[in-house]
Amino acid sequence: MATVSRGFFGRRRSGDPDLPPGQYLVTDFPVLSAGPTPRLRTEDWEFTITTETGEKHAWDWAALMALPAQTPTVDLHCVTKWSKLGTSWRGVSLDTLFEDVESAAEYALVHSYGGYTTNLPLQDLLDGQAWIAYEFEGEPLEPEHGGPARLLVPHLYLWKSAKWVRGIQLLHDDEPGFWETAGYHNYGDPWREQRYWGD
Amino acid sequence: MARATVLGRLTWRVATVAALRQETPNARTIVLDVPGWPGHVAGQHVDVRLTAPDGYSAQRSYSIASAADGARVELTVELVPDGEVSPYLVEVLEVGDRIDIRGPVGGWFVWDPARADATPVQLVAGGSGIVPLMAMIRTRAAAGSTAPFRLLYSVREHSAMLYAAELETHAEAVTPTYVYTRKAPGGHPRPAGRIDAGLVRAAAWPPDRRPLCFVCGPTGFVEAAADLLVAAGHDPALIRTERFGPTGGPA
Repeated sequence: MATVSRGFFGRRRSGDPDLPPGQYLVTDFPVLSAGPTPRLRTEDWEFTITTETGEKHAWDWAALMALPAQTPTVDLHCVTKWSKLGTSWRGVSLDTLFEDVESAAEYALVHSYGGYTTNLPLQDLLDGQAWIAYEFEGEPLEPEHGGPARLLVPHLYLWKSAKWVRGIQLLHDDEPGFWETAGYHNYGDPWREQRYWGD
Repeated sequence: MARATVLGRLTWRVATVAALRQETPNARTIVLDVPGWPGHVAGQHVDVRLTAPDGYSAQRSYSIASAADGARVELTVELVPDGEVSPYLVEVLEVGDRIDIRGPVGGWFVWDPARADATPVQLVAGGSGIVPLMAMIRTRAAAGSTAPFRLLYSVREHSAMLYAAELETHAEAVTPTYVYTRKAPGGHPRPAGRIDAGLVRAAAWPPDRRPLCFVCGPTGFVEAAADLLVAAGHDPALIRTERFGPTGGPA
């Protein structure tokens, strides 16, 4: 039961049907990172998918650029309560990257340059739901927003869209990542307001 | 990595405003009584929920400013012009009012004296980014910890500085260095300007002491300060950051 706050009327901006519960709209693009921003050169960049049997699939920057790109327009929802609607990206669908990957694993642990990790069910990365994104609003992705490339999985809170992504490790057993071990929800569905443990 | 943990489900609790303290013309501290508060670790934050009579509600996150002290929790909130929640908290809320909060949240940007050793701690604050760092300074004092602390605090001008008088009482313990970006007070050894490499070299722990660094402030400040620490030779793995978006809460 919510406590009514004397004298509070608010902005009513959450009347937007595209806004999940507890979120508010922003027009800028705030940054949330746990540490310094890694500065990566595309010539040093590599992305790998490692299966549960240890089989490794790797792409360097040129290989990623050679793959067919998509240009999704998606809404972003950060657990710190801001949402940004209708953002446009360019990147490679995970469906494309997983084309030749054989796996019976159910879980994925995403690793980033700089040491960050986040976990999610493998099925949340497939079927047009996730990309390795390298352009935002028509420009190369800025380092502070995860450039040169980040995971984009917009149907979950934004901490799942790992910046500076370097690899996806497939696992039979779920393994909580960085924020997931620090009190944040294991799955993070904004529409069910899964912010913290137990939500 | 050592982690503080949040145990179990975070439920909304009704907090009653026990006192209010104006800190600067644009910021005030809200002292809350929160029955059943489980305690917190310095650096953690809470979610605040305001609800209008028709059920409309808005949530934001605010850092805890106080050391753990029973059912007492202090937040310091700076007014965000055109904000939705901070103007209410800074200008409307009165003693005796009740608001919903839940927490504590966050297990990364934290300093716990029970787990601390002789590792030096470097605090770097920009503007209201001092709030969670003040919780660390207060916690260190309350615990009688001798962990070596240093503080680098960048602020527009003296009148915008939070906790100025109290920081003086901790001066011996935390060796504060103040940076004024717009106007330096008379007699200040350094002209107005942003934090730079020379200042980091002169005022922060040297990298070979391997301090744990906590950097908090607006995004631009945190990006710049963390980059300066890395450029000065600090291990990126020892730098923890918390960014405040223009919208008020840690974003």
